[in-house]
Amino acid sequence: MKRGLFLPIVSFIGFLFLYIPIASLVIFSFNKSKLVTVWGGWSTKWYGELLNDPQILGAAWISLKIAFISASLATILGTIAAMVLTRFGQVRGRGLLTGMVTAPLVMPEVITGLSLLLLFVAMEATFGWPAGRGMLTIIIAHTTFCMAYVSVVVQSRLVDMDDSIEEAASDLGAKPMRVFFDITLPMIAPALISGWLLSFTLSLDDLVIASFVSGPGASTLPMVIFSKVRLGVTPEINALATLIVVVVAIGISISWYFMRKKVKT
Amino acid sequence: MAEPSLAADAKPWKNATAKPFIRIKNITKKFGEFAAVDDISLDIYKGELFCLLGGSGCGKSTLLRMLAGFETPTSGSIEIDGQDVANIAAFDRPTNMMFQAYALFPHMSVEKNVVYGLLREGVPKAEAMDRVSDMLRLVKLQDFAKRKPHQLSGGQQQRVALARSLIKQPKLLLLDEPLGALDKKLREETQFELIHIQESLGATFIVVTHDQEEAMTLSTRIGVMKDGKIVQVGEPPQIYEDPKSKYVADFIGSVNMFEGTVDVAVSDTLRIKSPEAGIDLLVAPIAGLKANQAVSIAIRPERIAVTRHKPEGAANIVEGEVEEVAYLGNLSIYRVKLASGKTLKVTKSNLLHDDVPIKWDEKVFLSWSNAAGIVLTA
Repeated sequence: MKRGLFLPIVSFIGFLFLYIPIASLVIFSFNKSKLVTVWGGWSTKWYGELLNDPQILGAAWISLKIAFISASLATILGTIAAMVLTRFGQVRGRGLLTGMVTAPLVMPEVITGLSLLLLFVAMEATFGWPAGRGMLTIIIAHTTFCMAYVSVVVQSRLVDMDDSIEEAASDLGAKPMRVFFDITLPMIAPALISGWLLSFTLSLDDLVIASFVSGPGASTLPMVIFSKVRLGVTPEINALATLIVVVVAIGISISWYFMRKKVKT
Repeated sequence: MAEPSLAADAKPWKNATAKPFIRIKNITKKFGEFAAVDDISLDIYKGELFCLLGGSGCGKSTLLRMLAGFETPTSGSIEIDGQDVANIAAFDRPTNMMFQAYALFPHMSVEKNVVYGLLREGVPKAEAMDRVSDMLRLVKLQDFAKRKPHQLSGGQQQRVALARSLIKQPKLLLLDEPLGALDKKLREETQFELIHIQESLGATFIVVTHDQEEAMTLSTRIGVMKDGKIVQVGEPPQIYEDPKSKYVADFIGSVNMFEGTVDVAVSDTLRIKSPEAGIDLLVAPIAGLKANQAVSIAIRPERIAVTRHKPEGAANIVEGEVEEVAYLGNLSIYRVKLASGKTLKVTKSNLLHDDVPIKWDEKVFLSWSNAAGIVLTA
């Protein structure tokens, strides 16, 4: 009996530890009072205020655009990288290449952000592109680190895939491009979707790298929230944070679903 | 339907002037330093069902993949129907392949799987679908056209793979362990179906298998492979009755092997000294043997008679004690220990039910004629 209760209790405490902060955020976003920490009854008025705040709405729109574009670019580039790494066979230095593609996963964000900033500044000084910093530089930066995630997800899918299925298509007369679009792409599609959604949420979340490479007029949502919070947390921010939690949770669950889904063979 | 292109009594490989359909010349494939296929030359004729037989890692699949165009030979050449295929990519070759694990397209229905090759060839959709339904009828899958591969049993998937590889009416069909994933009963049925389909289409089949029974049942000829080389090519009875080496004798069916040395030829029989047998073995003479040369004598278990009483007139007779008996229904297998300590395997057909069966520990006589022993020098 004792042993039967031990695991449930421990996991219950663990989950409390993880989710109490988020739960309190969600609850306080429905607080009527203007003071964040004082409960004043239920209300959804802060969600209404949020919709009338042009600064936040503007930043949200910029973040969504950045997330959409960089997720799409990262998916294309990451898939190409994954194809190359899994299909090149036993080339010397393949392990090193794989490591280099996935290194951004473990690189501290501050370093990624700083090095990209230095690169952009140097590029502008040398050949004038990208002119200044703003949405474009954020998109490039996000594509860079999201690509690593996509390539990891897609690679694991490609490794699981039986090579002879592609060979069969080629044997039946399909040229290499045809094989890719008829056979490979449909079979790795779940990994692409999952990689895209993962990139989308990662880009939406990112504060550190965006802060480094952003310029005037291109403040993403996390940047706006962060600067507002420095002046004191308002219930409006709680409401916004709750919405972000919801969006990210949905994105992650869908991507998890596709990652788990196996092609039935 | 085409006439069987290879009548049972027409054996083009026995005709020196016959033109081979596939001509493999000194082909070698190296992976690093390791030669998976080592200088193989082989001619295969139109309408043949040729089996490449060997254990895993003998290079049989690599040879097949070179014919299909998935591997590039390190050296040597392959000609299919008079055309050197060295510079022809897999997707342009007049060959099709049936893969070991079938490699069906998991996201396409049976119909779409089978029609895929025709559409790549530019056959109009309506005509292609007609040909697909004919093909599905041939492999008895007409009711499963809309199913996805994972909704089919192993045997059905195997037939989809066969249909898909046959739909383009390839000049040459390559089959990599086509029956390997089926259970025994289904495999036996499918073997005959495969022969029937091959004969009715008149195509040339090359089958890779590690299963010697499968090779014996299917083939017009068998090529036995070992370590990247072909050690013997021949018709199934030839491979079984007249193996050229210990490896082949041992690999095809089961065999009792005696080591010995050549003594002398006595009239029309050859005498082999064999301490292992405890007697001098009498066999049919073969040319090119020297006195005292070391040879091996192979005797098939079914060529040995097991009796309680000493038989009259047999060329070779030894005494032994039954160690084990395995009753398999149609036949029984005996393991008999000789005085020399050697154990022989003997099979006996259970023709009569009312035989008083020979039991464990009984003293028996084993006998065989001088035609039963096969003299092997390699």
